[in-house]
Amino acid sequence: MAAGTGRRWGLRVGHFGVVGLFTLFTAFPFYWMLVTTFKRTSDLLKRGNNPFVYNEAPTLENLRVLFQETLYVRWLVNTALVGVAVVVITLILAIPAGYALARLTGRWGEQLGIGIFLTYLVPPTLLFIPMSRVIGDLGLQDSLWSLVLVYPSFTIPFCTWLLMGFFKAIPRDLEEAAMIDGLSRFGAFVKVVIPISVAGVLTVVIFSFTLVMQEFVYALTFISSVRQMTVSVGVPTFLVHGDVYFWGSLMAGSFIASVPIAILYNFFVDRFIAGFTVGAIK
Amino acid sequence: MATLERDLRAPAAGRRFGFVLDRPEWLGPLMIAPAVLYIVAIVGLPFLLALYYSVSDISMGRRTLGFVGLKNFISVIPTSKFQTSLQNTFVFAIVSQVLVIILANILALALLKEFRGKWVVRLLLLLPWVAPISLGTIGWLWILDSIYSVINWTLEAFGLITADGWPMYLGKPYLAMGSVITVHVWRLLPLATVIILAGLTSIPKDIHDAAQVDGASFWRHHFQITVPLIRPILLVALLFGLVFAFTDMVVIFVLTRGGPYDTTQVLASLAFFTGIQGGDLAEGAAIAIFLFPLLLAVAFVFLRIARRSEVT
Repeated sequence: MAAGTGRRWGLRVGHFGVVGLFTLFTAFPFYWMLVTTFKRTSDLLKRGNNPFVYNEAPTLENLRVLFQETLYVRWLVNTALVGVAVVVITLILAIPAGYALARLTGRWGEQLGIGIFLTYLVPPTLLFIPMSRVIGDLGLQDSLWSLVLVYPSFTIPFCTWLLMGFFKAIPRDLEEAAMIDGLSRFGAFVKVVIPISVAGVLTVVIFSFTLVMQEFVYALTFISSVRQMTVSVGVPTFLVHGDVYFWGSLMAGSFIASVPIAILYNFFVDRFIAGFTVGAIK
Repeated sequence: MATLERDLRAPAAGRRFGFVLDRPEWLGPLMIAPAVLYIVAIVGLPFLLALYYSVSDISMGRRTLGFVGLKNFISVIPTSKFQTSLQNTFVFAIVSQVLVIILANILALALLKEFRGKWVVRLLLLLPWVAPISLGTIGWLWILDSIYSVINWTLEAFGLITADGWPMYLGKPYLAMGSVITVHVWRLLPLATVIILAGLTSIPKDIHDAAQVDGASFWRHHFQITVPLIRPILLVALLFGLVFAFTDMVVIFVLTRGGPYDTTQVLASLAFFTGIQGGDLAEGAAIAIFLFPLLLAVAFVFLRIARRSEVT
């Protein structure tokens, strides 16, 4: 009996330890960004200082510099603009395609669906060289429109796939009832299916927006003027002047642009994983 | 009542094109076409261009596009820069994926159990995957800094290293590769964990119960029952991880820019530095093309898995 409870406690402590260590590993960089955000530069750059505590009084100076003396706000606005445009394009193209693949196309649709999904795996690093030339020929170099044009290349495949799974889960009876009521197939899709698919559409919105925020390679390739940058490129390239790192502002900029969206995303992650694992779970 | 009214009006309104809106064999392709055309234009065409660029003499600022055969490959492949990058790409991708799969399995098993505050833990565990990778890596750049590294401070405080013996994580060849791999594992661990967790929770409970009744030990249970059942999903996690690892350049770009002395240079970053920063589009394309056979292999395996799961 005593040995049994001892073993149970051992397991529990072990479990706690494993989860704790992993959490420390994944979350520490973000905790460290937060701590550094409020530190004075003189505190940061003194080697003997204990980095875990505030040796000098905390300060908001880094945030002031970030918001007033850099183009950080502009980068956030740029990212949001591109995000909204990409989300709109993605929805317009992916919702009908996802529905058609789920309902209207049968066997060849399934193959096509997998084909579309696979294009999500074609990496930017394979395409960025010809694309930089195409973007230049279109006169979109250094313009946010270049990103609006190119980003749907990875949001559409994944979102079509995700929505396909979502539409498959809606009972066919609903559309059939609407069609008996006199709506066409397309009318039933617009008036019956879309309104009850708000959750799926919202997942796609969040997902596309996050992908836009994360994208780095294309933005680095197409955009060279500071004012047109998105946040994922602006922070790592322009808060470093020569060899001088503005660590406080860098950390503040990184933290602000990553954690809020991460919290939002967390609510949708299960649906997102369902998309990744379709076909592998029986 | 409302439906009855619509019943009378709708057919009259849409009659002329009504057949398009009603017949699946017309409506289906019509609804898919815009998405497919967009993807063909934005992924398909650049891909063909990438293939052609690799056998052309294109460069930034020059308008010619002459065919030069395998010249780019012949001039790129023998260079030590390319060979180091090729080797680094494999080391980087394979080591990081082996670590990710092992760690993600452990973590997924630990998360299978219910405990208080699980949602907070899950949020914290997902952060590296959800946050923009270039920004997360900046956090690491500071953590691994040569003079102010918090890791070194802690190690010194515990007496494990001396003040003048601080390792330069990003400045020494092997350490730099280790750092880049660590950050990549950090980034991909959450995705692999949630995919494997989804697989674990999909196993029917009576299978576990049966194993328990038969008195299988934990390890036997895990490796002879659980792992075979989630094998397809382990493969999915591995494939996504491999694709991301083989083709990623963000972590390396932010942390080391391929240095010191190209010891962390990979094909993707070399293609960027040669093609975009160096302006030699043709040679850059030739380097990037080496990523393609790998992707083909991945697509092939993925299709096989998808097909098998449909049959059974």
